[in-house]
Amino acid sequence: MKKTFGGPAIFLDRSDINTDEIIPAKYLTEVTKEALKPYCLEDLKLEGFDPKGEELKQARVVVTRANFGCGSSREHAPWVFEVNNIHTIIAESYARIFRQNMFNCGMLAIELSPADIQKLFDLEEAAAGKIEIEVHLDRQEVVANTGAGAETFRFEISPFDKALVQAGGWVDYADARY
Amino acid sequence: MGQTTAEKIFAAHLRDEPFPGAKVLNLDRVFCHEITTPVAIADLEWRGKDRVFDASKIKAVIDHVTPAKDSKTALQAKMLRDWAHRHNIKDFFDVGRNGVCHAIFPEKGYVRPGFTVIMGDSHTCTHGAFGAFAAGVGTTDLEVGILKGVCAFREPTTIRVNLTGTLQQGVVAKDVILFVIGQLGVNGATDRVIEFHGPVVEAMSMDARMTLCNMAIEAGGTCGICQPDMTTVDYLWPFVQEEFASKEAALAEYSRWCADADANYEKVLNFDVSVLEPQVTYGFKPDCVKAVKEMVGTRVDQVYIGTCTNGRIEDLRQAAEVLKGRRIADSVRGIVSPATPKIFQEALNEGIIQIFMDAGFCVTNPTCGACLGMSNGVLAEGEVCASTSNRNFNGRMGKGGMVHLMSPASAAAAAITGVITDARTL
Repeated sequence: MKKTFGGPAIFLDRSDINTDEIIPAKYLTEVTKEALKPYCLEDLKLEGFDPKGEELKQARVVVTRANFGCGSSREHAPWVFEVNNIHTIIAESYARIFRQNMFNCGMLAIELSPADIQKLFDLEEAAAGKIEIEVHLDRQEVVANTGAGAETFRFEISPFDKALVQAGGWVDYADARY
Repeated sequence: MGQTTAEKIFAAHLRDEPFPGAKVLNLDRVFCHEITTPVAIADLEWRGKDRVFDASKIKAVIDHVTPAKDSKTALQAKMLRDWAHRHNIKDFFDVGRNGVCHAIFPEKGYVRPGFTVIMGDSHTCTHGAFGAFAAGVGTTDLEVGILKGVCAFREPTTIRVNLTGTLQQGVVAKDVILFVIGQLGVNGATDRVIEFHGPVVEAMSMDARMTLCNMAIEAGGTCGICQPDMTTVDYLWPFVQEEFASKEAALAEYSRWCADADANYEKVLNFDVSVLEPQVTYGFKPDCVKAVKEMVGTRVDQVYIGTCTNGRIEDLRQAAEVLKGRRIADSVRGIVSPATPKIFQEALNEGIIQIFMDAGFCVTNPTCGACLGMSNGVLAEGEVCASTSNRNFNGRMGKGGMVHLMSPASAAAAAITGVITDARTL
């Protein structure tokens, strides 16, 4: 199923946020994606971040630093975002398996340069957290809207990953092709 | 120009390249366990495509929570079990015959040099010890692997790690890989294969090579790869002797997967490990690594010996050597999980289980167990575990718990004294 992208963003200011922090292993006993919904980022300890807070509930986009999603191969990590309507992650870089899992689910793992990520964090700080992200996959741009204006960032995505997102994920893509 | 091992395997398995750089590979093995497979099975059923591409190439095991601890894990096990029976997957290992996936599948001879292997488990990189390309994947990749026998990868570049010198007595593969991860960093090998070379690797047993490759993912690596040699052939011989006239013939065949002398590497790292000391992690990332001697005296509440990193017979022998004739500290809970029934049996026959029990260890059935805090051996808030596993993430073994990764001998030493200890000083 094809996803929608963009919306209010939550900012997680740390590199190497791992899959155990995104969804602790004790919840891997669930056999449906929906059951994971209450546990998003439950073990992430970060100043000012509350996994049960309103900000995460409203968020449709996560902006973070480097090597996001390192650790386990559990697709429960992208799924817990998916069932919380977060279909877009923007980071400096990702762990390979997490990144592939995002595209395989038809979701976006957008990479921006460290300088652009810093600019997003600066914009967020200036706007006191009120920031909305628009995603234009066709022209490979994200637009950050704050009360003070809009700033555009161009991103690269491989044609294969783009095709997966446009197909709604790898199962549909592979099933049609192999 | 010459090729790395991964490049040779990619070239031999290429099914499709839908876009430049996106390589869809044919798979020789799809491994499954009960945590990441059930959602794939359910999705295939929902799509009306409950089929498998080749039942003989799919192997399945219940290992993470076994025997089931509650209704949910019983359901996961049942979904995998019913699916394996429904599709006539003969190599399925249930309670009594099951063990940790990355120990039992190699033990059964399922992995050969030059193979492509995927599994919904990040430590699938272990199987690169055989000169295979083996990668951990998510459930969607697993699902497509089950249905179509293919998986897509960006062709990885390769980092060559040359390990030279001679390891000191009491310094083992676990210490080497912790050191290498400390050097590379947790994302130092992302989208890369780590190819291990040099006399130190050549001298290692298959058990030790699996420990080495197991933790490639902790540096972000797609796979750790060792070069197939006579040690590989000796290990596989019981399974392949019908295929070859002699071990030399097997070696000649497998050697074609070795990297060419003029292969192109993104970088080459040379480590003389002659002076390497036993290593241990601190903090919550596997690249936070120090010499054990710098952490001596740190209190531990639990010691865990086992897992896909260090639950094999050699690991248990190394721990038993330290434990023999000793008792663990009153303040410590010692837990050992032999990784497979065969290893358990060998440990029984060699008197190793007796040594663990005399020392005061709890011996569990083969399972992933305490490693990821989802079955037995969970830590309480504020507790510390000395563990032979591969991840020290915050909360990994239980919310608020702390994990120090180390070798089996170091873990055994910590059990005896109740604090982090250099086993060589006991």
